[in-house]
Amino acid sequence: MESFVRHTGTALPLRRSNVDTDQIIPAEYLKRITRHGFEDGLFAAWRKDPGFVLNQPHHADVSILVAGPDFGTGSSREHAVWALQNYGFKVVLSSRFADIFRGNSGKGGLLTAHVDQSVIEALWTAIEANPDLEVTVDLEEREVRADSIVAPIDVDDYVRWRLMEGLDDIGITLAHVDAISTFETQRSSFMPTTA
Amino acid sequence: MGRTLAEKVWESHVVRRFEGEPDLLYIDLHLVHEVTSPQAFDGLRLSGRVVRRTDLTLATEDHNIPTINIDQPIADPISRAQVEALRTNCAEFGVPLYSLGNIEQGIVHVVGPQLGLTQPGMTVVCGDSHTSTHGAFGALAFGIGTSEVEHVLATQTLPLKPFKTMAITVEGDLPAGVTAKDVILAVIAKIGTGGGQGYVLEYRGSAIEALSIEGRMTICNMSIEAGARAGMIAPDDTTFEYLKGRDHAPKDAEWDAAVEYWRTLRTDDDATFDAEVILDASALSPFVTWGTNPGQGLPLSGSVPSPADAADEGERAAIAHALEYMGLTPGMPLRDIAVDTVFVGSCTNGRIEDLRAVAEVLKGRTVASSVRMLVVPGSVRVRHQAQAEGLDEIFIAAGAEWREAGCSMCLAMNPDKLAPGERSASTSNRNFEGRQGPGGRTHLVSPAVAAATAVTGHLAAPSDLVSIA
Repeated sequence: MESFVRHTGTALPLRRSNVDTDQIIPAEYLKRITRHGFEDGLFAAWRKDPGFVLNQPHHADVSILVAGPDFGTGSSREHAVWALQNYGFKVVLSSRFADIFRGNSGKGGLLTAHVDQSVIEALWTAIEANPDLEVTVDLEEREVRADSIVAPIDVDDYVRWRLMEGLDDIGITLAHVDAISTFETQRSSFMPTTA
Repeated sequence: MGRTLAEKVWESHVVRRFEGEPDLLYIDLHLVHEVTSPQAFDGLRLSGRVVRRTDLTLATEDHNIPTINIDQPIADPISRAQVEALRTNCAEFGVPLYSLGNIEQGIVHVVGPQLGLTQPGMTVVCGDSHTSTHGAFGALAFGIGTSEVEHVLATQTLPLKPFKTMAITVEGDLPAGVTAKDVILAVIAKIGTGGGQGYVLEYRGSAIEALSIEGRMTICNMSIEAGARAGMIAPDDTTFEYLKGRDHAPKDAEWDAAVEYWRTLRTDDDATFDAEVILDASALSPFVTWGTNPGQGLPLSGSVPSPADAADEGERAAIAHALEYMGLTPGMPLRDIAVDTVFVGSCTNGRIEDLRAVAEVLKGRTVASSVRMLVVPGSVRVRHQAQAEGLDEIFIAAGAEWREAGCSMCLAMNPDKLAPGERSASTSNRNFEGRQGPGGRTHLVSPAVAAATAVTGHLAAPSDLVSIA
């Protein structure tokens, strides 16, 4: 996994709450067996509307998504994270994320950072006024900066460390394989097996 | 200080705890299906890793498969490739798999419990958010993403930060005609789609204790729709009676040891929850959704809300957007909403008791000519049981389609879909835009309401129907 320290880019103002993962990527696109090429499924239903914000030419090169509260609810599909990343997004900012989506993002290197809803509103207004506005999300300094807006971002300490180091979770866990083996010797004999 | 049920199960699974790091939690049962696993198996292959515990892992085919003509190859080549990838991966890595055509095949959350694999006090995960279903047995069960699927395959553990706990207490007697589905829809409407974020919900109180295991599964299943990672219900005699004698349940002396342990899996009297919500069971009534998330629901006796009633600008916009998508106008009585499709099935309501509830309403009645009704059992075992009880004959005589087991119209991944603009009453769990097919409109309902709606052609409860002598 690539390490993430800070990212600067232009941002997409998505004025919607409760963006569920069925909207981020509809089920039809989940039949693929690879981890890449999901960018065409990103917000597929909404992108059929020419007026949808992501279809606007001045938002062509966005890499930061600024979304309403309760982003990523519903299905556990990690394809939602892959679709955002495949499209070119590096960061999602929201005042509230669904738990599974936030967990999936951290695994794959997409930064999901909490900011206060008032900051989201300020960013929406500023980006709509100037779509070329440079937004910096600084994981090291734990803040988002855009023109006169400087606000703290909230990211779990452990996730922050993993992202900054670019570490693979499985490798970390396998360093403790002895503890796993010891635990297994102590499991109750009545626990079921699928064999 | 006492501990909650969730804390007891968590503590008994901690493999490693270190200050500043997530706990490493052991996973007792890992369920796998075709959609969220191919990239995980690929990851193992790339890094030369194996599945640590194939004997704690079980795969089944459910999301992509058709529910008719299952003896023929899957028509959609992309769906077929994904199912075939699961078969290849399970064979290569030694994971047991129940394929289409096997008597144990079905929706992953129906199969685990009916085999007796889901037991109190276990940790259960699956790359599917409705894994919360298994919490009905007092297991800590939650959905995970594909990276975590790979992690569990490789290590049989997950690094996790402890969840907070919330008690959802439902006291009193449910009125006649009010079911587990109505309870959970009312809970979600009360706390919202984000109300449970970061929490394990523990459902308790006399109304919950009075429910069957299948009703409890319906409740726990939809915990995720309130944003919660998991839902749990303390195991009791109802749980033990359901489990006893099932294929993978403990036998003889092991059974006695297990029950003795399971009886300790209750929230202590002096334990405290991080939050608590209380509902009066006697005040509940059949509940339906009108909008595009599961929190947008009301009693069937209500009317479509108006954006003007919203508390703030964000909610106003959300209601207006939902009504536009759903093609509804404010003030319209919910009972006047006409549907063209009724879907009975899914991991929420595809078990035998759900099918019995539908058959009870449909017996001697017919599905309205304007309505297409699909009845889809959650597993092959459920299908056989329904046929042994003659329920299939009631469905077919009423004009419904009786299908093979699978996820079917719950999500638009297989041939069972809504066409754009079509409107359904559905016993499934999500009314998101396009969930049942691009442009489709979904109203979430209980099996009883689904059956009554099929008869009248518009949203209705069994009590609305003219009685049959």
